[in-house]
Amino acid sequence: MQVPILKQGAYLIATVQSALTDEDLKQLRDTLVLSVSKVRARGVIVDVTALDVIDSFATRTLRDVAHMIRLRGAETVIVGIQPEVAFSMVKLGLTLEGIATSLDLEEGLAYLNRKGNGSDHGVRTHRS
Amino acid sequence: MANNQEFVTITEALLETTGSRLRELVAHLRQQRAQLREEWARKITEAKLLTAMTKEEIFAEATSVYDNYVEALETGTYEALQAYARNLSERIIPRGVETHEVVGIVLLLRDVLARSLWAKYREDFNKLNRILDAYEPAANRIAGTVAVGFVQERERIIREQQEAIRELSTPVLQVRERLLILPIIGVIDPQRTRQLTEQLLRGIRTNRAKVVVLDITGVPYIDSPVANHLVQTVEAARLLGANVIVTGLSPEIAQTLVNIGVDLGKMNTVGDLQGGIEEAERLLGYRVVLTQEQTTQHSE
Repeated sequence: MQVPILKQGAYLIATVQSALTDEDLKQLRDTLVLSVSKVRARGVIVDVTALDVIDSFATRTLRDVAHMIRLRGAETVIVGIQPEVAFSMVKLGLTLEGIATSLDLEEGLAYLNRKGNGSDHGVRTHRS
Repeated sequence: MANNQEFVTITEALLETTGSRLRELVAHLRQQRAQLREEWARKITEAKLLTAMTKEEIFAEATSVYDNYVEALETGTYEALQAYARNLSERIIPRGVETHEVVGIVLLLRDVLARSLWAKYREDFNKLNRILDAYEPAANRIAGTVAVGFVQERERIIREQQEAIRELSTPVLQVRERLLILPIIGVIDPQRTRQLTEQLLRGIRTNRAKVVVLDITGVPYIDSPVANHLVQTVEAARLLGANVIVTGLSPEIAQTLVNIGVDLGKMNTVGDLQGGIEEAERLLGYRVVLTQEQTTQHSE
């Protein structure tokens, strides 16, 4: 099962649509790392909303992807990890150390935009 | 073959006579209804059972129990009695009626009826014996049915209440856009920890939270498995893209966390809830501005 990779502005978005085999994961890694400089992307979003299980190999591959993309000059965000998946990952000691994670695609894009501008978008509350 | 047939006829005859004895018994109980019921109600009051109920209520319930009892004896089916027992339990449990009282009154009724049988058949000891043979198993079964019905109802109520307490025990509150607060009060046991994790992670998802303040001011202590679980919950929340700020750690809890060697780089802790909310607002980019000079004296 190939993972489609879409270009959206300065970002690449890879949306995982079903369970992936180890081969699929390796292919996803290679394609992403290759295309990130081909299209001169500033950020990469990997959407794993559809995954019910993220095992140690998947975690390691995602971590490798993030580090390799960093070395090639872009940021990576993993988005859409399900609550149950998140907790079982932590239980198994599979944490994505030093890699940005966001709730969903929208949040991931917002994160990359903030990173790109180098400033937080401020919200103010006033007491009347 | 012949033997078998003989056996069948004998059993049938036995059944027949048991049936006829029960019928005789039921007729007797119907006839003596008013008197026996009165006697039973008096004994209940004497034994100081059902003190939570008034005399009139006891009498009214005694009447229905008596009728249901006789009916169960007559028909040999216990469904109606079971349903009645459940209904009765539902009404009297909230008033503080105890299991021993319910068992007590059913046994009293059994004894009252048995006495009346002795009084009626004392001339004919053999007949009394046969009648009691028919009466006793049925009466014991009725007593069992009522007691079990009561206990089951009680357990159902307890389960419901436990469920309610569990739901109330971990509220997830949104204080600002993207900011949740989870105040935890009381001891955290393993089951509550699991529930806490689930509520927190679900809450992040449904409220699209970026920051969660987990306030454990009301938690006196935690053991190391629970502390580990908390740390894991904080990490899982990060995987969902949310920051967890833990506030109000007591000295004991701080000690536990240090003992299990928690990585403080992963866990954001602030002294109290106020500080936690301020930190959360800072992370979210809020700035709270006072628009009016605060006066030192409050005007009425």
